[in-house]
Order: sequence, then structure tokens, then C-alpha cells
Amino acid sequence: MEAGAAANGVVKRVLLSSWTKALVFALCLVPLVDLLWRAYRQDLTANPVEFITHTTGDWTIRFLMITLSVTPLRLWLRQPLLVRFRRMFGLFSFFYAMLHFAAWFCIDKFFDFQEMGKDILKRPFITIGMAALLMLAPLAVTSTGGWVRRLGYRRWRKLHRLVYAIALCGVIHYYWLVKSDVRLPLLYGAIWVTLMTARLIEWRRRRLPAPATSK
Amino acid sequence: MIIRKPTDLRYSDVTPKQVYLNRRKFLAAGSAALAAPLVRGNTPLAAAVKSPFSTTEKITPKDLALHYNNYYEFGTGKEDPGRNAPGKLVNIPDWTIRIEGEVAKPRTIDLDALRKIAPMEERIYRHRCVERWSMVFPWIGYSLSALLKQVEPTSKAKYVAFQSYYNSKFELSSFSAGIEFPYVEGLRMDEAMHPLTLLVFGVYGEMLPDQMGAQVRLAVPWKYGYKSIKSIVKIKLVEKEPPTTWNLAAANEYGFYSNVNPEVDHPRWSQKKERRLPELFPRDTIKFNGYGDLVAGMYAGMDLRKYH
Repeated sequence: MEAGAAANGVVKRVLLSSWTKALVFALCLVPLVDLLWRAYRQDLTANPVEFITHTTGDWTIRFLMITLSVTPLRLWLRQPLLVRFRRMFGLFSFFYAMLHFAAWFCIDKFFDFQEMGKDILKRPFITIGMAALLMLAPLAVTSTGGWVRRLGYRRWRKLHRLVYAIALCGVIHYYWLVKSDVRLPLLYGAIWVTLMTARLIEWRRRRLPAPATSK
Repeated sequence: MIIRKPTDLRYSDVTPKQVYLNRRKFLAAGSAALAAPLVRGNTPLAAAVKSPFSTTEKITPKDLALHYNNYYEFGTGKEDPGRNAPGKLVNIPDWTIRIEGEVAKPRTIDLDALRKIAPMEERIYRHRCVERWSMVFPWIGYSLSALLKQVEPTSKAKYVAFQSYYNSKFELSSFSAGIEFPYVEGLRMDEAMHPLTLLVFGVYGEMLPDQMGAQVRLAVPWKYGYKSIKSIVKIKLVEKEPPTTWNLAAANEYGFYSNVNPEVDHPRWSQKKERRLPELFPRDTIKFNGYGDLVAGMYAGMDLRKYH
């Protein structure tokens, strides 16, 4: 028992350490560094625009799933301190989403607003991707402690439940985009369902009414 | 307590001196033996004739062409075929094409006999993928019509159906790729007999590499890339329009004709522009991929939106 408590103390100290935070931050930047490194070595495949767009898109959905898994992991591992990393993961989701959007708008569409507008209206997979990005932006803005106070915790939490819908939009965006091999989009869909089920179970357990997933 | 005595023997004591002094040579010999089966893909293939159908546009660097492929049997990522395919197809001995159906002389022809049917030409063709990228390849082969004439199509032969090699032991399952295997494609008889339609045996002065469709494929330059079927093992002349793989997967997105056409959007993206790899910025796509002078006549009076 004592050894367990000691181990728990160590875990706690590690989770509370600002070094850990710095390390996680650095790890979150690895995909970007890798992309820049490949660009420097001219190793972005024959189609660099597509490669950059797909890579940043992949990391956006991965970070959304990582962000969504923080709360279930806190419960399962009984490590409430994990919440310290949730905002960072969420902001990295937004960061990679912006890079993903920039790659599409700046190099694929070459700042052609008209073409971009047409694509957003005409192509459902772009419409839903754009919707996800637009929903993600206010969450990034209101991610600070100041905003939690300004909105009040209950309202702030309600607003940030939008991320469930955002992640689902991301999965659908991916599913509608691929030509035929739907294995990866389905995998992300399954992860989303699992993470949402974990929340439902927890809400049931606490005998709280399950809140709506949006607004 | 166990006290382990350090062993007095060292690797140098049990390995003959010549062997360990020659370890580089030994490793080199080993890797050469491993690499040997791959050599055939790099066998030079001479083209006797330069073709007037060739474009003067810049040929895509070979290194890019070998590492950016759509060959779903070897993976659905662009870099997968370049990783997974090499050595798998070029080493298949006794590759044959079976030609049957509405022909007077059905035959099974081996590769050596196939190569001798007409003089090899080098033809530099544009290749436009439905995904909005394009490349320029120096194909080596001869017009498919030379082969088809040999088997004497009957009057009932209205279409030509093609089938790719497929072996589930080392290729993706249909379930994983999301499309049916073996891959099938088809052309109308006049398209198949058109001199531009090339039966391809090589590219870049060498025999076809695995990821580009070894050991024999088609190049139909005025149509989207997926019509240029790879690794052909069967050709069947038929009376009715044959099924084609991408059309079976999504009929609204991939029609039977699949002529390059900037005026007809893919449901999920515009076809107005394309990226000539490795260029960064897109250029305009030309109707029939710029081969309209030669092929547009075949579609006179046809609604190309309906028959996309």
C-alpha cells in the first residue's frame, strides 16, 4: 500500500511539473518539425501540396481525439491532474486545423476567395470541414482562465462541449473525402464513439442528466 | 551467490580471420543476392521508333514517378506502391495475356511473343489523374490495335474488357482497398483501336517497374489515369459495355468513358485545373487532355456530361 501511495506521489509530482508540460508541448510540435524537416530535404512526395494538406489534416483529427480522451483517461486512471494538458491539446488541434486550412486556401486555392466560396458551398466534405473549423475558433479564443471567469464555469463548460460535435464533423469530413479506402475514417469514428460512450457512462453514474452535445 | 566467470572466448577466436576481415565483402555479396531478383525491373528496353504522337513537354523526373502511384492492390497511399510492389510482379515468370471473347483466334500469348508483334515506340504522353494531378511519361510500347488485329475481332466485338493481375497473397484485399479486385477496365472498340491507345511494356528506357504496372499495361492519354489499366493478364472482346472497377465503386463519380474534361466536375472537386507534379501551382486542364484533335471525333454528338 505504501509503495502504491509513493508511486502515486511520484506520478502526481511528474504531472504537476512544469518540465512535463514543456516536454508535452515539445512533443506536440514534432509533427510540424517533421514536416518542415521534410520540406527542407525536399522530401514531401511528388505532390507537396497534397502531402502538407493531408498531414496537417491527419494531425488535426488525432489531436481532437487526444483532447477528447483526456477526460475518460482521468477517470479510468484516477489521475485528475491529467486535465492540466487538456487545453494544450485542444489548442494544438486548432493550431493544426489552421495549418490545414492555410495549406488548402493559400497553396491549393492560391487565395482565390471566389473558388474557395464555391467549394465550401458545393462540396459537402469541405462544407462540414469549414463548419468544424468555425466552431473550433471560439473555443480556442475562450480557452483562457479569464474567459472561464467571464463566462462563468457552467456556461463555459457548455460552450466547450461543442468539441464533441467538432470532432464528429472532422470524422465525417475525412469519411467523405477518401475515394474508397474508409478504414482510417471508420477507425476515428470508432474512437469517437468509444470516447463519447465513456462520457455517457460517467454521466449516468453520477445520475446527472446527459447534456446535449451542442449548445 | 553465483559468480559468472567472463568467457575467455571472443568472436575473433571462433571466426576465421579471412572471414572477419572480409565482412564487408561478405555483406555486399549477401545484399547483392537479395537484390538480384529486383534487377529485372531495371532491364533496359530499347525503343526503335520515336513517335510523332510524343509531346515536347518536360518529362516527370523518374524518381517522383516511382514514388507517387495509385496502385490500390499495393496500398491506397500514394507512397505505398513504391514501397510494397517492387519485386512482386516483375519476377513472375511466364507472364501471359489471355485474349478471348468475340474473336476468330483466341490466344494465350507470352510476353516474348507479345513484344515481337510490332516495333517498340517511345511515346511521351501526358497522364492526367482524376485526382487533379498530372505527369508526363516516356512510355515504350506499340498501339494496342496491332495486338487486337492479330486475334481477328468478330463483328460482335463492340467493347474490349481488360483485367489486371491479382494475387491476394501479397496484394490488398478488396475489403481493405474499398474497390473490387481483380481490377477491370474497358474501352469501346474504336477507342481500343485508336492509334493513341498504347500497349505499354516499358518507361524511362527500361522495362515497366512493378509500381507502374509491370509487366504490361495500357496508356490511354485522353482519359483519366484509372482507365490506363496496369498489369494486364486478360483481354476479352465483348458485345456489351463491360463493368469497370471505379464505376462499380461510385458510378456518379467515375463514368465508363472518363474522358479528361474540365467542363464536367467530379462531384467532390472541380476538374478545371490540375497540378503538373512536382509543380506547386495548378494549370488549366485541357479537354481530352490536349489530344482533342485526334480523338474528339469519336464522341461527336455524344452528351459528354451524361457519358462522363
